[in-house]
This record gives sequence, structure tokens and C-alpha cells, in this order.
Amino acid sequence: MPAIEIRHVQKRYKDVHALKGVSLTIEEGEFFGLLGPNGAGKTTLISILAGLARADQGSIAVRGHDVVTDFRAARRSLGVVPQELVFDPVFTVRESLRIQSGYFGLNRNDDWIDEVMANLDLTEKADANMRALSGGMKRRVLVAQALVHRPPVIVLDEPTAGVDVELRQTLWKFISRLNRQGHTIVLTTHYLEEAESLCDRLAMLRRGEVVALDRTSALLQRFAGLQLVLRLSNGVLPAGLRSLAADPNNVNGQQHSLRLNSYDDVEPILAQCRAEGCTFDELDIRKADLEDVFVQIMNGPEVIEGLA
Amino acid sequence: MIGFQTLLYKEILRFWKVALQTVMAPVMTALLYLLIFGHAFQSRVEVYPGVAYTSFLIPGLVMMSVLQNAFSNSSSSLIQSKITGNLVFMLLPPLSHWEIFSAYTLASMVRGLMVGFGVFIVTIWFVPVSFAAPLYIIAFAILGSAILGVLGLIAGIWAEKFDQLAAFQSFLIMPLTFLSGVFYSTHALPPLWREVSRLNPFFYMIDGFRYGFFGASDIDPLKSLAIVTSFAVVLTILAIRLLANGYKLRH
Repeated sequence: MPAIEIRHVQKRYKDVHALKGVSLTIEEGEFFGLLGPNGAGKTTLISILAGLARADQGSIAVRGHDVVTDFRAARRSLGVVPQELVFDPVFTVRESLRIQSGYFGLNRNDDWIDEVMANLDLTEKADANMRALSGGMKRRVLVAQALVHRPPVIVLDEPTAGVDVELRQTLWKFISRLNRQGHTIVLTTHYLEEAESLCDRLAMLRRGEVVALDRTSALLQRFAGLQLVLRLSNGVLPAGLRSLAADPNNVNGQQHSLRLNSYDDVEPILAQCRAEGCTFDELDIRKADLEDVFVQIMNGPEVIEGLA
Repeated sequence: MIGFQTLLYKEILRFWKVALQTVMAPVMTALLYLLIFGHAFQSRVEVYPGVAYTSFLIPGLVMMSVLQNAFSNSSSSLIQSKITGNLVFMLLPPLSHWEIFSAYTLASMVRGLMVGFGVFIVTIWFVPVSFAAPLYIIAFAILGSAILGVLGLIAGIWAEKFDQLAAFQSFLIMPLTFLSGVFYSTHALPPLWREVSRLNPFFYMIDGFRYGFFGASDIDPLKSLAIVTSFAVVLTILAIRLLANGYKLRH
């Protein structure tokens, strides 16, 4: 049974078509990344998954439990770290975590609460009032609150936005451990290097549609592979090479990134440039990262063939 | 069940941590009303035969405090959670709409009754009060606090901003409580206004509550009890439906 099954979900807010029929299946135990620019519909999708919003059409099930008709079982399986830095100023850290446990029907949960706090370096702040915490500390409490009921499926909506390096490392260490123990992780983030290093599989959303869905390694290979970066000191890029440009809109400048299928392509390209009288200032071969893939997909045609 | 208990505990703890503002201050306000109105009207008004005006005033003030504070509790808790965004902590867990409804309503009742009891304790030193029919006192106090707790819940669900809630409070709750016969008997009003008063559901809460003290009221307390109970049922159905549909809570 998949951890999350999203079927044809549509959502419209007045004049914005936030989700235009999104379908995704996330398997048990995956570390899944949901990427896309602001306004792509990531948070809307997570809100519907979490029961904070209702889909106009389509359905979502968490471990087989529909999030509307069987919401109790669905929500018990789900831990959500919201994007907004919210907190209840009335309570201390420990009170917040105990109350959150209670909402999930757990009474004596202090052993686990202590363990979560220890893993997120929160123990020292256990009895501090929420109001007195720094932004980073509040973010840790939000993560802890999402984990009080040991949810098999954990959703983190941009958990590292505006967060310092130390917390990022603490957080990913802990989340990766939970993933190894079998928890399914769904992550949205703007830090693509984070998604690249953590996620097994990625979906990219653009304007409410899934435009790419594949294993991270496959996406990296398929969309970017190797690139030859060259800076010309003389001459212009030969017309025959223009189709290889990673950014087809910019073929007249001095600097060009050309897609390579393999290292063997380098020599013929250089030979062609020399034949047309080009000289080089700089040459570099690099492996494309997720950012290149992201940019290519977001600027590319509406839906990439063969995916989904 | 644990979910409901926790939400109730959280709602009570929320107002209890600021009891100076949520419990002590309303008691102080009611005491001022008693001193000022009691002094001003003492020699001029006799509402029921043999009942001094200040004695007449006390049950009304107690009930008014119960009603206003029950309303304040659920409505301000919800609007604060909405504005600050921490409502998600309650929306993400598997709490049913019945659990949310009961916890918010009961916490409001606790605060309303606590303030009412406080008002009663501080005012009773000034004038003697009798207890003609204690069961009516209890019944109307419970129903009145429940109704306003539910009304506060509905207002909190509906309002998106503090000023909308303030408008609800200033243009609906305050006039209805003040015009419900807290400070006067509706028998003293001209016939037209007496009839208008009968349209105010709060009138029946105060009139029936007062019957419990003096054994005298403007209308039959059983009739008041029936009207107040129906009002409670209607509001409960409305609130449950709003919560079940996620009206303004789950978009």
C-alpha cells in the first residue's frame, strides 16, 4: 500500500487554478521531494493532504485512508511541519508537545517527547515559554510537534527556509535516521542541493501541474548530464552548435553552456569552434546539478513527455 | 476521548494563565455596576414587592457576567489562533468536530461560571439574597453559559479579523445583554418595548435565573427554560454543522 496516493486533485481559489489535476504516488519508506517555484501549488497540495484544505475534485489517501472520509486514521499516520513559523505563546515547549500528544490521543508520551527534544537539541529549552525562543528554536519545536505521535509519514513544508546551518544539519540527521527506520518523508524545499542529496525521487510542480517525476539520479542524467562551459575571446558560437546550448535564448554572448552526451563530444565541438576561428578564454566541463535540471524544466515545454 | 480532554485542558489553561484579565477584571466590572447603579436607583426603583433594587440587580449582574465571559472565551481563543496561525495545531490532529465543539463550549462554561461565581461572592456582602428555587439557578446558569460559549464559537469561526469579532460583540452581544432586563424589569417598560424585549433570547436566561433567587419573574420560568433550551439546541446544531463542513477553518 502506498504511503500517499494523490489522484487527480484539483483546487481553485477564486481566480487562481492552484492545482490542475495532480496525481502522484509516494511509496512507503521513500524520501520524496516536491519541488517548484513559489505559487506552483506545493503548499496547497500539502494542505489538502493534511486536511487543512479541501480538494474541489480528486482524492488523497494516506496509507489507504482517505483524508476526508477516513480523516482520523489518515491524520494519525501523518506528521506535518507547516511552512509558517507558528506557535502558541501561552505555553512552554514541553507543554506544547504534551498538548500536541494529547490531541493525537497519547497521554503518557514523555519518553518519546524527551527523545525528540534531545534529537533536535531542544532539551535545554524544555521549560522555556514559546514566546522567548528564537526563530530557529521555534522551528525545531514545530518539527517536534509534528513527530509527537511517531507518524509513519512525515511531511516537511520548507522546513529550512531561513534556518541556520547548524539546525539544518541537526534536522537532516534526525530526519534521515527516521527515514532509515522506515518513515516515509515528503519534503518541499527551495534549496535544491538539499533535495539532490536527500531525496530518492522528485516531483516538480509548475503552475499546478506535475511537469517532472522521476528518481533524482535519472532526472539529473536525463535533463542535464554533462555540460561544456566555454568562454570565447574571439568569434561567435558556430551555428551548428547552437542546438546544444543549455539556454537556447542566449547564443550570442561570450559564454556558453553546451550539453554533452559524453566526454567524447568535447573534441569535435572544440574542433568545430576552431575551424570557425574561435579562440577560448576559459574551458570547463561540469556535471549539471539539480538547479540546472530545475531551470530547464521550469523553462521548458508545458509537460515533459514520457513522464508522470 | 484523550483528544477532547487535552483540548479542554488547553482551553482552560489558556484563560487561567491570564486569570487577572479573564476572571478578576470582569468581577471588578460587575462590582462597579452594583455600586454605581445600586446607589443611584436604590431609593427610586422597586421591581418586585419586598425586593430591594440592589438585591434585584445581583442575579442580573451575575448572569450578565456569565454570558459575556462565556462568549469572550471561545470567540477570542479561536480568533487568536486563527490570526497567529496556531489553529493548525488543532486542525492537523484527528480531533472530531464533536470533540472540538465540546471542548470549546465546556471551557467557555467553566470561565463564565467561574466569573459568575466570583461576582456572586463579592456582591453578596453588600446585600442579602435569597435562594427560592436553586435548581433553576443552576439550570439557567449552565444553559446560559453553554449558549454564549457556542455563540462565541460560531463568532470565532466566522470572524477573520479582530474588528469583525469586536463588531459582533459590540453590536450584538452587548446590546442583547444590556437590554435583557439586567438593570430593570421588563414590566416597567411601555407595552411596545416589553414585546420587543420578548424577542431577545437573553431576556429568558436572565428572567429565569432571577426566578431561582426570588421566586418571582416577568414570565413563567418553565416557559423560559423551554425557550432557552431550544435556543441552545439550534445553536449547537449550527455550530456542529459549521465545524463538520470546515466552514472558514478548512479552506
